Amino acid sequence: MLTAQEARKLEEKANIIRQDIIKMLLEAGSGHSAGSLGMTDIFTALYFNILNHDPKNPEWAERDRLILSNGHICPALYATMAHAGYFPVAELKTLRELGTRLQGHPHRTALPGLETTSGPLGSGLSQACGMALAAKMDQKAWWVYCLTSDGEHDAGNTWEAIMLAGKYELSNLTVIVDRNNIQIDGFTEDVMPLEPLRQKYESFGWYVLEIDGHNFNDIIDACNQAKAIENKSVCIIAHTIPGKGVDFMEKKFEWHGKPPDKDEAKKALAELRTLQGKIRSEHE
Amino acid sequence: MNKDAFLNPKLFDPDIEQIASRAGFGEGLVLAAEENEQVVGLCADLTESTRIQAFAEKFPQKFFEIGVAEQNLAAVASGMAAAGKIPFISSYATFSPGRNWEQIRTTVCYNDMPVKIIGSHAGVSVGPDGATHQALEDIAIMRVLPNMVVICPTDSIEAKKATLAIAGLPKPCYMRLSREKIPVITTEQTPFEIGKAEVFYEGSDVAIIATGQMVYRALLAAEELKLHKISVRVINCHTIKPLDSKTVLKAAEETGAIVTVEEHQIIGGLGGAVAEVLSQKYPIPLKIIGIEDRFGESGEPNELLEKFGLTKEAIIKAVTQVLKMKGK
Repeated sequence: MLTAQEARKLEEKANIIRQDIIKMLLEAGSGHSAGSLGMTDIFTALYFNILNHDPKNPEWAERDRLILSNGHICPALYATMAHAGYFPVAELKTLRELGTRLQGHPHRTALPGLETTSGPLGSGLSQACGMALAAKMDQKAWWVYCLTSDGEHDAGNTWEAIMLAGKYELSNLTVIVDRNNIQIDGFTEDVMPLEPLRQKYESFGWYVLEIDGHNFNDIIDACNQAKAIENKSVCIIAHTIPGKGVDFMEKKFEWHGKPPDKDEAKKALAELRTLQGKIRSEHE
Repeated sequence: MNKDAFLNPKLFDPDIEQIASRAGFGEGLVLAAEENEQVVGLCADLTESTRIQAFAEKFPQKFFEIGVAEQNLAAVASGMAAAGKIPFISSYATFSPGRNWEQIRTTVCYNDMPVKIIGSHAGVSVGPDGATHQALEDIAIMRVLPNMVVICPTDSIEAKKATLAIAGLPKPCYMRLSREKIPVITTEQTPFEIGKAEVFYEGSDVAIIATGQMVYRALLAAEELKLHKISVRVINCHTIKPLDSKTVLKAAEETGAIVTVEEHQIIGGLGGAVAEVLSQKYPIPLKIIGIEDRFGESGEPNELLEKFGLTKEAIIKAVTQVLKMKGK
């Protein structure tokens, strides 16, 4: 359990990161808002509590590996990495610009600290499995975390990887599924029903946990619990709210793939600064 | 003949030894794994047939059966490479790189991971299995990818050398192999270097640039044309990318006419790669022999090679055509 103070520090960090995401997306003029805001708490928990990593030495061989499979939510990844110390926060505003290290979808060789190149959906879990296999072969203690979207469970490649993890009992692999129920064309259960997702994973030989993806205690407890499970990969189904923190974006699939305009960004930032009206903004 | 190529002395004997190039890969992979402990093998349910079996038996802890899942095959290998391994992934070329092209593009090439893609059963010479299993487009779809190295060995000995060479090359590589037994035209002494085409037969009137088992047929054509006082240079172009444009341009300058030969679609293959260089740097008459924008079919390998015009006779005809064009 986090102390109340520790939990509040993570919440404050996530809030700042969300504000940066809004600013980045406004500056870039394109990009994915909903998923980025929805996964911010999980990124924050990983980079500021869970991961064994060293932002000053991103090539450190014993680091835990974090693979972002659904690369389109990279604004959240970039903003969290910057705040964790991988690169200057000021660089965030270069997102999607010509010559930037912050490519529209993450490119491994462009930015130290990225483990893979991603964007095309359904392949990140395979790569995570490959890393977990290699770590097991070499008896390494580092852990593999893979973040996936629910929508990319439409892809056969995802299930090929889920099957493989079951076969090789990749107990050093934890997958976090962003169960936000939206994808570009609509609600996941309308586009291509995924439920019962938990039972599907279980029938493939996985251990499954379900959490509130915005509760830091939940996120951290689940990741710790995953480390105690033997002979099985662990899937954490994280129930998240797409667009979390910005009222007019929340739960709207229309915000999957678009950035805020100037007025929307202003409104979003005001909401974040006041915690959705719970506190008075000093900027008011 | 170029004696510095140390070709098989029995090259023009009708009973020349024949071994499939996939066998050379199987042998080479065991040697590569003995040399480098990071070598791992992955296969998509074609272990015996792609000849990765010997490796799997010798290094069971380093072999991973992925099942009929070629997309997973490529992307899992990418992850293993990211963790320091040198993964060789084997399947039939129609499936890998056929079925997993985007995974290869993103997770291997753009991600710049040293995954070695082994595509067996390339060409119409696959035979009775028919067009679904005869890869004729693999060179095109692999050579178009940035970072990718594309190799098509001429025989089993060269396939063995190529396997060892790509294991030591920190780049994504694709190697295409034959199912059928093909003449062993090189020896252990024959030079092999990735990216360097070798002159196997000296000549000055025309050059034939061939790849894979077509090099043998090009040599047969050159030997016969010699009787007609036509001096033919035969170049073994085992590396299609990066293309040895220096050797190609030298041949163009010194002979003034070129024929290319491959067991692959004319569109996008070796001939296309050669044409890209010649047309921009030294335009001369060129004939491209390959599959003419169609699928293969069932039949015996030699019947098919004949039906699809991949014969010594077709090469000789093309040589006379380019010589005529050059004469004008």
